[in-house]
Amino acid sequence: MSLVQTFFNAEVMRSCLPGLLRGLVNTLLLSLMSIVAGIIVGLAVSILRLYAPKLIRLLAIAYIDLFRAMPMLVVLILIYYALPFLGIRLSSWTSAVLAFSLVMSAYSAEVFRAGIEGVAAGQFEAAAALGLPFPLTLRLVVLPQAIRAIIPPMTGNCVSMFKDTSLASTVALPELLNEATNAQALYANPSPLIMAAIVYVLFLWPMVRLVSVLENRSQAKGAR
Amino acid sequence: MTPALPPDVDPGNAGRTTGPIIQIENLNKWFGKLHVLNNINLDVAQGERIVICGPSGSGKSTLIRCINSLEKHQQGRITVDGVRLDDKLRNIDQVRREVGMVFQHFNLFPHLTILQNLTLAPIWVRKVPKKQAEEEATRYLERVKIAEQTHKYPGQLSGGQQQRVAIARSLCMNPKIMLFDEPTSSLDPETIREVLDVMVGLARDGMTMIVVTHEMGFAREVADRVVFMDAGEIVEIAAPATFFDHPQADRTRQFLSQILGR
Repeated sequence: MSLVQTFFNAEVMRSCLPGLLRGLVNTLLLSLMSIVAGIIVGLAVSILRLYAPKLIRLLAIAYIDLFRAMPMLVVLILIYYALPFLGIRLSSWTSAVLAFSLVMSAYSAEVFRAGIEGVAAGQFEAAAALGLPFPLTLRLVVLPQAIRAIIPPMTGNCVSMFKDTSLASTVALPELLNEATNAQALYANPSPLIMAAIVYVLFLWPMVRLVSVLENRSQAKGAR
Repeated sequence: MTPALPPDVDPGNAGRTTGPIIQIENLNKWFGKLHVLNNINLDVAQGERIVICGPSGSGKSTLIRCINSLEKHQQGRITVDGVRLDDKLRNIDQVRREVGMVFQHFNLFPHLTILQNLTLAPIWVRKVPKKQAEEEATRYLERVKIAEQTHKYPGQLSGGQQQRVAIARSLCMNPKIMLFDEPTSSLDPETIREVLDVMVGLARDGMTMIVVTHEMGFAREVADRVVFMDAGEIVEIAAPATFFDHPQADRTRQFLSQILGR
């Protein structure tokens, strides 16, 4: 069997394609849900981390540190394989979205915090002097400026999240990698894995490029 | 039935037009161990124009920042238009709605257009309908002679233009009192005049103003009283003619000789 026959077997690739596409759709769904939930929770946590009373602030710091220190795979395995011993049985979808959102929210919280802290103190003061209550100041004055500043690192986080959804294959969630490994086992041929890798790269390469462009642009802006 | 009044607002004092509109009594403030405001007493009458000057670090900016609670004081009493400034958020909000402030570095909102900078607080704080807020904003922009820039962003304007926009932004809230914290200190010399002209116009219209500035010409032209501060204390308060021509304290004389070069 030639190398091409082994790794780029056309017949295997053709027959596993529908499965891989289904997997891709699930990967996209999983990423989207985890990213959206993670960003929303992350924003809330970052605001608690910055402005809540001391006890809650410490809890927010603990939350952020915990989920940044724990490997994503460990969080996922704990939720899927350990929680059942407490009588909490979650589906692979729920487990994966929960695990990824928790981790995503911890990273997002730090990015939001940096963005908010980067907004000049004078902006808070001008808003306060105009009589804007603090929540409105955050919403109308501070966050719009902070979000502009954090688009590059946040896009980077999203790329990582998209890649890390492949971990969900360990809890039998039929995402792209899971479909590929199943197909590989079925056809006893690694071509589906190669295809999955190519699909990941095709999806993520433009994103990675975008992150670089955004980073360069914001650096150029900072230098001005 | 008597209308419900906030318990700490004296109904006889709220919104009154006689007597001091700002009362500062025995005000003390520390930054850590540094005593930045030392037993300050100052009453400001409605319509009065006060210029505060003094060497840097004398506490003059801190003093006016206490008047709208951007800085918290630790001792003493500040009453603005009958409302006592304490820890009650409602009182702070009420005072801030009555008191406009112009900053050294303008602090315009860079992500909003000039028009949006002006209408933000009226729409969200005073609940003015958008169209009406925009009409009022346009009127104030005409008054500070920036009407043609309404749809630009602050970054596209010169420093003097930005500061005039900042003044207009404060005026849109219809404040009874305007605080100016070194409004011309970060401007190019050629644009200082355009900002001072706007401030002189405001003074002519009877606005109560407290201005921290090194522009002694402005003080002479506009101020009812000049307050000289040094090391956190009020050293001398006098009408401009007396202040400049017959200063009483040695520290005042020294300061004036440095700043006026005589």
